[in-house]
Amino acid sequence: MATNNETPLKKVCIICAKGTIEDVYATLVMANGAVMEGIETKVFFTFFGLDGITKKQMGKIKTATVGNPAMRAPGGLPFPTILGMLPGVEAGVSAMMKSQMYKLDIPPVDEFLEMITAGGGEIFACKLAMDMFKLEKSDLHEEVKDVLTIGDFYGKCGGENTQIIFT
Amino acid sequence: MATKTYAGQSVEVNDEGYMVNASEWTKEIAAEMAKEEGIDLTDKHYEVLEFLRNANEKGETLTIRRVGKSGITDIKGLYQLFPGGPLKFSSKFAGIPKPASCV
Repeated sequence: MATNNETPLKKVCIICAKGTIEDVYATLVMANGAVMEGIETKVFFTFFGLDGITKKQMGKIKTATVGNPAMRAPGGLPFPTILGMLPGVEAGVSAMMKSQMYKLDIPPVDEFLEMITAGGGEIFACKLAMDMFKLEKSDLHEEVKDVLTIGDFYGKCGGENTQIIFT
Repeated sequence: MATKTYAGQSVEVNDEGYMVNASEWTKEIAAEMAKEEGIDLTDKHYEVLEFLRNANEKGETLTIRRVGKSGITDIKGLYQLFPGGPLKFSSKFAGIPKPASCV
């Protein structure tokens, strides 16, 4: 039985550290979903997750076709890892993933970021990872609010009924 | 299921307060529902509600993006019209089911 003692979620802080289609989109869907529910939302992109907010890379993110046992060919047929190594396979699979998402009205990454900020969500980049990858704030999409240390990000994650989610 | 009275009319609603029969909807019902959430409906709001009702009738999947491209308002505008629930509140006031979409 459901009880009504639960107090609703007020804030989510989502951290994305990987740059595949499914990692970046899981982050974006959760962030946008939270904003749509009226939940305060902060997103922190770090390490390879930075590809999701880097202007040059955000349109080119891919799904890994090697080392991804859950990936199957259409119809549920097995997809041997060795095929995933062939040139063009990763691009083809990634294009298919994206086309399936677009059919469900899931937008490209840049538009998704704009949807999140339109509702008041905030997007941040990790300073350490930016330094590692030799990136500047100008390399990032305009919707990225700031480049922060993890300490500064935690500083934004306070308050009752706040959850930190690591995708 | 429960029955609520809006604008002097008894309306069947589900557990979350969404109307069960979209055909029972009137502008007055929408206005009273919106008041419960602290929103005063303007002409712009009603344009969005009409859009949602038409799309729902055609069986379209409703997403915030779809409404943002409707030409009535953009996504930012939608958040301003329906703070805290651009799709769920607008659907509720439009008398249609809660959209089963994640975007």
